[in-house]
Amino acid sequence: MTITESAPAAHVGSRRLRKEDPALLTGEAKFIDDLDLPGAVWVGVVRSTEAHAKIVGIDGSAALAIDGVTEVLSGDDLAPLWGEGALPCAWPVTPDMKNPPHLPVARGTAKYVGDAVAVVLADSRYAAADGAAAVVVDYEPLDAVVEIEDAVADGAALVHPDLESNECYTWGLWGDNAAAVDAAFAEATHVVTERYVQQRLIPAPMEPRGCAAVPSPAGGELTLYSATQIPHILKVMTSVVLGIGENKLRVVAPSVGGGFGCKLNVYAEEILCCALAQQRGAPVRWTESRAEAAVSTIQGRGQVQHIELAADSEGRLQAVRVKLLADMGAYLQLVTPGVPLLGGFLYHGCYHIPNYIFECKAVFTNRVPTDAYRGAGRPEATYAIERAMDSLAVAVGVAPEEIRSRNFIKAEDFPYESPPGLVFDSGDYHAVLDKAVSLANVAGRRAQAAQRRAAGSSKRIGVGFSSYVEMCGLAPSRVLASLAYGAGGWEAATVRISPTCKVQVVTGSTPHGQGHETCWSMIVADKLGIDPDDVEVLHSDTAISPTGLDTYGSRSLSVGGTAVFMATDKVIDKARSIAAHQLEANEDDLEFSGGVFRVRGTPEAEVPLAGVAFAAFTAHDLPDGMEPNLEAHVTYDPPNFTFPNGTHIAVVEVDTDTGNVDLIDYVAVDDCGVQINPLIVEGQVHGGILQGAAQALYEDAVYNSDGQLVTANLADYLVPSAVEAPRYRLENHVSPSPTNPMGVKGVGEAGTIASAPAVMNAVVDALRDLGVSNLEMPASPQTVWKAISQAQGGAS
Amino acid sequence: MTSVTLTVNGTERSFEVEPRTLLVHALRDDLGLTGTNVGCDSSSCGACTVLVDGESAKACTMFTVQADGAEITTIEGIANADGTLHPMQQAFHEKHALQCGYCTPGMVMAAISLVEEYPGLDEDGVRHGLEGNLCRCTGYQNIVDAVLQAAGTGGD
Repeated sequence: MTITESAPAAHVGSRRLRKEDPALLTGEAKFIDDLDLPGAVWVGVVRSTEAHAKIVGIDGSAALAIDGVTEVLSGDDLAPLWGEGALPCAWPVTPDMKNPPHLPVARGTAKYVGDAVAVVLADSRYAAADGAAAVVVDYEPLDAVVEIEDAVADGAALVHPDLESNECYTWGLWGDNAAAVDAAFAEATHVVTERYVQQRLIPAPMEPRGCAAVPSPAGGELTLYSATQIPHILKVMTSVVLGIGENKLRVVAPSVGGGFGCKLNVYAEEILCCALAQQRGAPVRWTESRAEAAVSTIQGRGQVQHIELAADSEGRLQAVRVKLLADMGAYLQLVTPGVPLLGGFLYHGCYHIPNYIFECKAVFTNRVPTDAYRGAGRPEATYAIERAMDSLAVAVGVAPEEIRSRNFIKAEDFPYESPPGLVFDSGDYHAVLDKAVSLANVAGRRAQAAQRRAAGSSKRIGVGFSSYVEMCGLAPSRVLASLAYGAGGWEAATVRISPTCKVQVVTGSTPHGQGHETCWSMIVADKLGIDPDDVEVLHSDTAISPTGLDTYGSRSLSVGGTAVFMATDKVIDKARSIAAHQLEANEDDLEFSGGVFRVRGTPEAEVPLAGVAFAAFTAHDLPDGMEPNLEAHVTYDPPNFTFPNGTHIAVVEVDTDTGNVDLIDYVAVDDCGVQINPLIVEGQVHGGILQGAAQALYEDAVYNSDGQLVTANLADYLVPSAVEAPRYRLENHVSPSPTNPMGVKGVGEAGTIASAPAVMNAVVDALRDLGVSNLEMPASPQTVWKAISQAQGGAS
Repeated sequence: MTSVTLTVNGTERSFEVEPRTLLVHALRDDLGLTGTNVGCDSSSCGACTVLVDGESAKACTMFTVQADGAEITTIEGIANADGTLHPMQQAFHEKHALQCGYCTPGMVMAAISLVEEYPGLDEDGVRHGLEGNLCRCTGYQNIVDAVLQAAGTGGD
């Protein structure tokens, strides 16, 4: 064997097909509702049909008359199960933040449509559903507050009367900067003042939620199976809420059919099933219906944004001032209050802005709680600054790409300390923009748009830009502490090499579609010089992977993957010591490549990793004092966030007769750092783009003035299909992150962060000469048609 | 209870159901074929798509009794006995046309039926043909390319 022959195979960077696929493609994968639990009690949840009402009475007699229904339990009946315990909020963003007690099943008053008010137990899923529908609840309606701005109006109805106001908290950044910001605005040549609305969105993963609690009555152990992104966090929280020792609790996330943030939570049904299973000594399960999902699973976004830009005569930004009103909903779920803060660091976008001030006032409304939804704060921030930048370009009289280029943080300025004090790791925003402009053929599109205008065509072309930078890799634990978040941001990994040189990776990161098994295998295989198929990746079960902080915030690769990378290094270090012992050489003289340890300069003196692994297992002849086996554990706490960035360009065709918008081209140039598997990166970007474009054009959780959700099913809530989806054209720019050894950044949310403003800017661009300067999302045919009519002075 | 006989993935199965039992629940709960998923309750998402006498049908909006005597094919019934994947499954794998995989069984079954019914479809035809099947992860591009590949009409 020669060195050349054993050069490491580079799996990292290749478009390796996923090892997750076969089980998912054949129906072998087990999702939560697939679990076979003989004798399980089925839970049906009776949900409030009123946005705000006193619960006067609950009549379960009709339900109990149904064959298979065994019990009907009110919030009062269930209260002893959790005592003082309430659903947890882990992010008290200010010391005086209001956090009203949030019981799994309401007592006395229902605070939103969908609020659980009673529970039916039954012996089948059909009986549970029938029973829940048959329970008669007597409500005495109370005044409800539905819209965000109404919540802070004088005389507003109160969601929680005992709090005497609907305000949850006010959180600001750089308040001492106010005078400098005011001065910059006073001196500015151009001032842009915009108000945008982030409509509420229904996350709608294709798999609704579900959970099952299975007790082992003899030993008192409890296993909670849940369609969750966060088995580890869920375990700690369930333990705290119900007082179950963590040593008695195991949480398993089976195959999970998408999350997008909405399964990053601790939900009433999880606590309920655990408490009932413990009390009854029988498995208790619940599967969410799609109709329930719309009103009982958290929603995303829900903000009114006021953003002001101050710029000099050439459009160079001098200051940005942001005021948000953020809708918490009726209660605080796990990280509800923190979501707007994650955006608070990024309203200055990719731009060098000397003066920045941000304030968020959070309010309660009589609607289902909001919480993290793909991007969580960062799409909202990017939307506001990128829409406002287009307005500034118009004011200054330059093209959108020019106003961006003039203000970008420069490549030579990295690492760059942002106004709020974050240190941006790496990037070349100008190069990314140039690449996107060229790929999208912006000049050609503009010529086409001009021709259509000149010809009086009703099919207008619009080109829209969005340049973004986001913070991923949540997160350095000390930074989270400074933000009053209730946990750390590290991730854990264990790497074991078996006697026959197969590798077991245990990760604390919890996949639900991201391809962790494939990517972690590629990382480890390259380092060890083995085949990725010889690596198994274990996850999502606290009995197998006891330590972890799970998956959200595009953290898996940059934090969890880095932990795997480092644990593999640690195993190699131990193997090196054993190899040196076997070869009777000095460790420093050994090189490891292609799975073989060799003595430098003595090519025939070598031992393969397999030989070391077997020696570590037999332990017959290890260096004095060395423990047997090859295994290492690492808990990695990142020193910084990572900062993916990019420029997206949307091209739309708007029919001015009907208001219909077609996405006819979409170009994305992203810098997510080093890519482990470009196939998986592209998939993430595709799906992310459509999810953001859906906010721009289709999706809206519409509530009427009574607080009823009127888009509660997938026929009314318009999750796009293949027909609406554009063909995406992607390129990338790689500026490795210096924060972690692989140079990776993260890509799970980038598409969603970038696309909504790109699409909306394109729609406005198509209509600007008709007098349309702003549109609210979603830019439905009706909204677009109305805007054109109003701009033309016609009927609305 | 009503007695029904279905031929599911080539095997005849007779069992008793409540007349209102949805086909998807009979397949999942009575026959243990949990590969077919439930994504909604309004025929909107297509996660539950199976073949009934060779044509795609949404099993969440069909009563089991309506399928009495029919041949049903589910995702469990399309790979070869030796474990090699059906060409549509293989194309989904090769094109990275799935992420979380929850919509995948229904999407694959709908695509098989679509390609059989309309050979020679172009991209636009595939997109319209799959309009009744929602995916939240992929943005559809790789699904469309996989179907075109399996149909032998494009996508490499």
